[in-house]
Amino acid sequence: MSEQRCDITLTVNGETVVETVDARKTLVDFLRDDLVLTGSHVGCEHGVCGACTVRVDGVIVRGCLMLAVQCDGAKVETIEGVSDTGEIADLQTAFEQRNALQCGFCTPGMLLTAQELLANGKVPSREKIREQISGNYCRCTGYHAIVDAIESVAQARAGGKP
Amino acid sequence: MKPSPFAYAKAKSLDQAIELLARPDGEARLLAGGQSLIATLNMRLSAPKLLIDLNGIGGLAGIAVKAGEVEIGALTRHAEAECSAEIARHAPLIALAMPHIGHAAIRNRGTLGGSVAFADPAAELPACLLALGGEVDIAGPAGRRTVKADDFFKGLFETALGPGDVLTAIRVPAATGDTRVGFAEFARRHGDYAMVGLAAYAQADGKGLGDVRLAYFGVGNVPLRAKKAETRLTEGNIDEAVKALDADLAPSDDVQATGATKKHLAGVLLRRVARQLMEARS
Repeated sequence: MSEQRCDITLTVNGETVVETVDARKTLVDFLRDDLVLTGSHVGCEHGVCGACTVRVDGVIVRGCLMLAVQCDGAKVETIEGVSDTGEIADLQTAFEQRNALQCGFCTPGMLLTAQELLANGKVPSREKIREQISGNYCRCTGYHAIVDAIESVAQARAGGKP
Repeated sequence: MKPSPFAYAKAKSLDQAIELLARPDGEARLLAGGQSLIATLNMRLSAPKLLIDLNGIGGLAGIAVKAGEVEIGALTRHAEAECSAEIARHAPLIALAMPHIGHAAIRNRGTLGGSVAFADPAAELPACLLALGGEVDIAGPAGRRTVKADDFFKGLFETALGPGDVLTAIRVPAATGDTRVGFAEFARRHGDYAMVGLAAYAQADGKGLGDVRLAYFGVGNVPLRAKKAETRLTEGNIDEAVKALDADLAPSDDVQATGATKKHLAGVLLRRVARQLMEARS
């Protein structure tokens, strides 16, 4: 009943996926290597940088701190899926307009992390935004523009001026 | 880096997990939230032969308030405790600590039982458990038992859990109208492990404080009670309590700060937390 290779069935961006994976394979490696969904990035591989952030069963997780085998029966969403549905189109536009990305390595994780904060429809304080993205490293922008972008989207969604 | 190969088994019951854990080679590890374990696997600081996933076991998650106690199932996620009205009302110290634990994505997976069982000396929850005088419920090959927080943390990443044991729940006394709590920590980045932190509990006693319990983390191999400072604080003397830390704590230098810096910061935290304990009285 214990296996080094395991069969898993899960939903990734709305599509059913049936695969056999090494028990030791992390979720983000599975997404990138087996499914060629390379929008989720591999940074530190120990949960510090946030570049591998994906959603599992509706909440954000570290793709490097979850095993693919643990996602048997789960609903996984990556930046590719969340982009395609248009759910975060306004956030993506705001990131571009406010220069909240340069190299873009952290951006998929930043967007998913920001979206979880904004999902309740409220306008968080800048301090709360900084707290939310505290687990996502950006080595280019200095965070200020990222906070600006997230704040402007929160205000726009709440009916204020972007 | 990538983990060494291991086998994986998803336990269907607590009994099955205990049975799987009882391997003669002792090379099995329990997987709860995985937010510390998988990082150590990735870095190959740990290379077990078998991972036993507890996440499919029913009845190990959840928050219940009964008989003057708050019982938190081992598999309860940090995010659930953070949003719980029961925790906010009946275990306010844990509610105060929760936002400091990791980041949103970590709190969505990490479990309270896992944090206590892993017993990182710089982690928030073990100190909260100690400050509250809580208890840990354990199931093992020899049956079930309960260990008090004061006896649970034994050494660096070492607890009263034996190699065949599973932590099933933590329990803390439910807060009453006289309960006062305080929490503060210094970390270089929000959500990182603390350089120094303090979780505190007291009972309002007339104009002062009684039954003060100060649990520091990040200053030793285990969360530490500052008992001399507790006495001084019970006497209402904050300056003397800060001075007493000299005898209570002897932090070593680490990658984050020197022992002397940590000791200074411990005093700063005590003043902040003492104010929280006093202010909450009005």
